[in-house]
Amino acid sequence: MNPPEIEVVETDLLILGGGMAGCGAAYEAGYWARTQGLRTTLVEKAAVERSGAVAMGLSAINCYMGMQWGENQPEDFVRYVRQDLMGICREDLVYDIARHVDECVHLFEKWGLPIFKNEDGHYKREGRWQIMIHGESYKPIVAEAAKRAIGPENVYERIFVSHLLKDPGSGRVSGAVGFSAREHKAYVFKAQAVIVAAGGATGVFRPHAVGEGLGRIWYAPWNTGSAYSLPIQAGATMTQMEHRLVVTRFKDGYGPVGMWFLLFKGKVRNAYGELYEETQAAALDDFPPYGNARPIPTPLRNHQMLLDRAQGKGPHYMRTDEALQALTKGLDPKAVREIESDAWEDFLDMTMSQALLWASYNIDPAQLPSELDLTEPYLMGSHSSGTGAWVSGPEDLAPEGYFWGYNRMTTVPGLFAAGDGVGGSAHKFSSGSYAEGRLAAKGAIAYIVDSHQRPEVDDGQADAMVDSLFAPYRVLEDSQGESTRAEVSPNYFFPKQGLLRLQKLMEEYAGGLSSNLMVNEPMLLRGLELMEMLKQDMDRVAARDRHDLLRCWELRDRIWCAEAHMRHLLHRKETRWPGYYYRGDYPQLDDENWRVFVNSSYDAATAQWTVGTAPYHSIVP
Amino acid sequence: MPTYVNPDKCDGCKALDKPACAYICPNDLMALDPALGQAFNQEPDQCWECYACVKTCPQSAIAMRGYSDVVPLGASLTPLRGTDSIMWTVQFRDKRVKRFKFPIRTTPWGTSEGYEAMPEPDVSRLRDPHLCGEETYLGVDALPVPEGSAR
Repeated sequence: MNPPEIEVVETDLLILGGGMAGCGAAYEAGYWARTQGLRTTLVEKAAVERSGAVAMGLSAINCYMGMQWGENQPEDFVRYVRQDLMGICREDLVYDIARHVDECVHLFEKWGLPIFKNEDGHYKREGRWQIMIHGESYKPIVAEAAKRAIGPENVYERIFVSHLLKDPGSGRVSGAVGFSAREHKAYVFKAQAVIVAAGGATGVFRPHAVGEGLGRIWYAPWNTGSAYSLPIQAGATMTQMEHRLVVTRFKDGYGPVGMWFLLFKGKVRNAYGELYEETQAAALDDFPPYGNARPIPTPLRNHQMLLDRAQGKGPHYMRTDEALQALTKGLDPKAVREIESDAWEDFLDMTMSQALLWASYNIDPAQLPSELDLTEPYLMGSHSSGTGAWVSGPEDLAPEGYFWGYNRMTTVPGLFAAGDGVGGSAHKFSSGSYAEGRLAAKGAIAYIVDSHQRPEVDDGQADAMVDSLFAPYRVLEDSQGESTRAEVSPNYFFPKQGLLRLQKLMEEYAGGLSSNLMVNEPMLLRGLELMEMLKQDMDRVAARDRHDLLRCWELRDRIWCAEAHMRHLLHRKETRWPGYYYRGDYPQLDDENWRVFVNSSYDAATAQWTVGTAPYHSIVP
Repeated sequence: MPTYVNPDKCDGCKALDKPACAYICPNDLMALDPALGQAFNQEPDQCWECYACVKTCPQSAIAMRGYSDVVPLGASLTPLRGTDSIMWTVQFRDKRVKRFKFPIRTTPWGTSEGYEAMPEPDVSRLRDPHLCGEETYLGVDALPVPEGSAR
């Protein structure tokens, strides 16, 4: 291997990830930094115009209060999120998102995002929290504003960041190290503060399709969990890493169901025409008080469908036919056509594959129903689950113990998080992730202004990281001549092989779909033993080219997430979210002992994890 | 449903400094075959079918074929993306065709406003809870605070 070129970039605020949270961070930072003479740099592993979970587009913004029209107040939102998450969320963070999210949406509209309107000029609602958009270009519009805010010369694309740098003396974060996906080149970014705005983790569990469809999953397959792996390795306290997400979607295309449930009032019937929410209604009584309150939490709705399945009642169908026929009855052809167009746009804006699947199966949704299915588990902090870093809340409303200096700062000084990377702050979706990026950026600029002195970068530490980046090339070089077939070697494996090994391990020992989402202590302990061997073997992962190298490092990130997930699953001795996962050895929800956050931290010096709990504090009655 | 490239249409974006598909793909999939001078999807089983490359290809050379684990052959879904709208042609396996057109942007590209309508940043406000522009764009007079909040 030739020695790589190394570029050192000196900046003040470093934003890792250019999705919704990263773009929000860039926009807010651009405002506050300009009079302070501070430089903001954004690093993205793809092209910001189409990166992150919103790359494909969206047909709805799922977090909008509508405070200007008195539709909802932040208190309402906190109560809703707390109920959906079955009692556990960081209420200060959720409230903070709610009070800031409306302005973000108003900016999107000003920049040119088309939003559906009612006759009175208010945004058209799909549900209580959701508004409908023509969102094919949602991400390019938001990306344009972010680039203009910090200057396109400060946006570094196609660079994968693998490590954070820390000042060995103060423990402050001092930058990051990564490599180019386009050139043989390493980057060392030196910064005064860093915001991790990277994505949650897909591909930790085995998806439904394992052939050509391995990547046609629900959440973006390029979200490989660096929102968690980066802070974990830097020693940040993480929270709710056990709080995985499983959602009901249209089968095999993973098309969204929100519009069908909320706007079109669609019903889901099992193969025998029954409504599973009725046949399985009694199951809600097993999980008080959340099972008896409304709306029914996302995991409990999964739980009901799983019970129906176990009784041989599947498949389950979204009765699009019934819903559309009811909606269009007596309407003129133009009005019928508008409803049909809305129904197709819901997929064409954000999950085109589901529209192609309809066409491939000859399904006209007005005539035929479509199957629903549960997704494989994901780790993410922006939807109906709250994995992520344990961060400081906002100064004016964080309870005692939830505030340490700067909004959205992790327990590592100078390291901030936003979007999927912040734990306990669920249901923020695209708009709330954007708002959280802005909050983190303002906090980070305040931190930099207060700090007066740049943190030290340990050049030895940076050099060792740079050297490690290209190890997968050396593994392959050192193992030539051992096999007539490159894919079968006694001494190395390729990243795809490692990914399938991780997915099988997690599927069988950490409660994948084929294990009925079931775990217990012996399964998890065995899983952790096998994980240890996989981690050791990662010294033997090999790369043929830069694309492989990218996949090697993405696999490493997923493995960090998987291990954190298992350690957290092991610690929480109850079944808090039936339908997400079940502890066979602790099948009940236990509010008395477990209405707490499960928090962990990893000590790189000793390679030891510490897992414990943090108390729950409420700010909204 | 991975992308595939029509060899009769792809010219490898010779007129550009890099192929448009390779520039835009969020998952580092589209690459140039140096021998052929044409693009290809180098890891089809990691394709999210996001259509970013299909929409951006200047030659309309990229299409999507339903992923082989599941999808029957014969249907197609084809976008034509302009500056303010996108048109989709859906062709069913049984050859029925539907067409849809949706707006994508209400303003010209490259014109998103920055901070023009906002006051100059005031460093003394760095520790307060307000984000930039909220006095103008939040839509309510005061930033909400919960009743009886801790601080």
